[in-house]
Amino acid sequence: MIRVVLPLHLRRLAQVEGEVKLEVKGQVTQRSVLDALEARYPALRGAVRDHITQQRRPLVRFFACKEDLSNEPLDAPLPDAVASGAEPYLVIGAIAGG
Amino acid sequence: MTGVRVLVGTRKGAFILTSDGKRQKWDVSGPHFAGWNVYHMKGSPADPNRIYAAQQVGWFGQFIQRSDDGGKTWSLPGGEKPPVLGPPGPVSNKFVYDTSAGTGKPLTTHMYFDGKPNPWVFERVWHLEPSLADPDTVYAGVEDAALFRSTDGGKSWQELSGLRGHPTATAWAPGAGGMGLHTIVLDQKNKGRMFIAISSAGVFRSDDAGKTWKPMNKGLKSEYIPDPNAEVGHCVHRIAMHPSRPNVLFMQKHWDVMRTDNAGESWHEISGNLPTDFGFVIDVHAHQPETVYVVPIKSDSEHFPPDGKLRVYRSKTGGNEWEALTKGLPQKDCYVNVLRDAMAVDSLDSCGVYFGTTGGQVYASADSGDSWTPIVRDLPAVVSVEVQTLP
Repeated sequence: MIRVVLPLHLRRLAQVEGEVKLEVKGQVTQRSVLDALEARYPALRGAVRDHITQQRRPLVRFFACKEDLSNEPLDAPLPDAVASGAEPYLVIGAIAGG
Repeated sequence: MTGVRVLVGTRKGAFILTSDGKRQKWDVSGPHFAGWNVYHMKGSPADPNRIYAAQQVGWFGQFIQRSDDGGKTWSLPGGEKPPVLGPPGPVSNKFVYDTSAGTGKPLTTHMYFDGKPNPWVFERVWHLEPSLADPDTVYAGVEDAALFRSTDGGKSWQELSGLRGHPTATAWAPGAGGMGLHTIVLDQKNKGRMFIAISSAGVFRSDDAGKTWKPMNKGLKSEYIPDPNAEVGHCVHRIAMHPSRPNVLFMQKHWDVMRTDNAGESWHEISGNLPTDFGFVIDVHAHQPETVYVVPIKSDSEHFPPDGKLRVYRSKTGGNEWEALTKGLPQKDCYVNVLRDAMAVDSLDSCGVYFGTTGGQVYASADSGDSWTPIVRDLPAVVSVEVQTLP
């Protein structure tokens, strides 16, 4: 199972507490994880990625294994530690404001 | 009538204030959608338990929430967790401008601050207006200015693209707060007639339920527009109508308080003896169609009441002659603003008037404005106030 950590606002939209656990078929990539997340929790569609362009929203960031993956190719394999469930995939609201 | 429910949208969540018909003691629930900008909430006239709310935050965008139990619980239409995974269905936050070949062809650009064409980009929902008859039908005014409609309780949204398809749309330009469609007024007497207002394009009217539109801005004068007959470009802040008299509308423009007696065909000024005719809100008494309320704000450079005195002004003559209503309102050191959607009236026998401030106060008057009491004093900045009169 893939572990996904969501920020507070998205946990409330999805009505979940703590980490989300997802079954991802095929290769574990950012795209396949986000596709699985949105399929399981339709309330999150459009909140992480734009409905039409499927681009990451500007103030959303993706991290795993202490690496910022926000601008990495969506179809690149995620680290084995994420694929095995040892490490979570993190969706983060960027620190924005003043 | 048993009571009222005041729906308050703020910069950091929504609050619901309820009271019985006396309107002396209040229960406060919230924050709902804590941490989110709630530009607007409004209940269905056809079913008071049905309430729609627009929540938005910079990180994650726009969502529409719906309550079917008077605001006790909320859900995202279309956002329910599916029992079995399948193809994605509609969801309440998908606002997509019409780009179809048939209707979307002229909908390419509007004017930007630099005078150049700019593509339309969805930013947020400013205003929700439920249908007068069907709880599942609701209109949304959005930024960049467009009108959307849902007929399935907020689950899916379709643009009424005839508005943006109007030949003047390429000349529409944003005001300082963005190019928002902020006001939607439905005519109870004339089926299919509705008014909308856009900052800063002006007022438009449709007589065919939103299919086609006509600018209704004759008589408006704006210092920054050299052409006295300009069809669009006016910074209309708010319009209001008494449901029994749909040909009469009142307007708080950027500067000037205006009135039309012919459903927007022409407007004339009714600012009269107001201390300043700049402001945002305007509303009409529930039982006296010639009684109008505004909150004068010092100027477009100084968004607070003149002299630090928070005063509602009431005209019982349909304009021009205004009286200051001050009892219970701060009369010194008050520097809040009252935003365009932040005033409403109830329809109890003694009409209640309500408004919210950017300082987080919501004031109520149970006697048509003669005296005021704060229901709450320390909410986040209030963006919108609506009232439901409960049976």
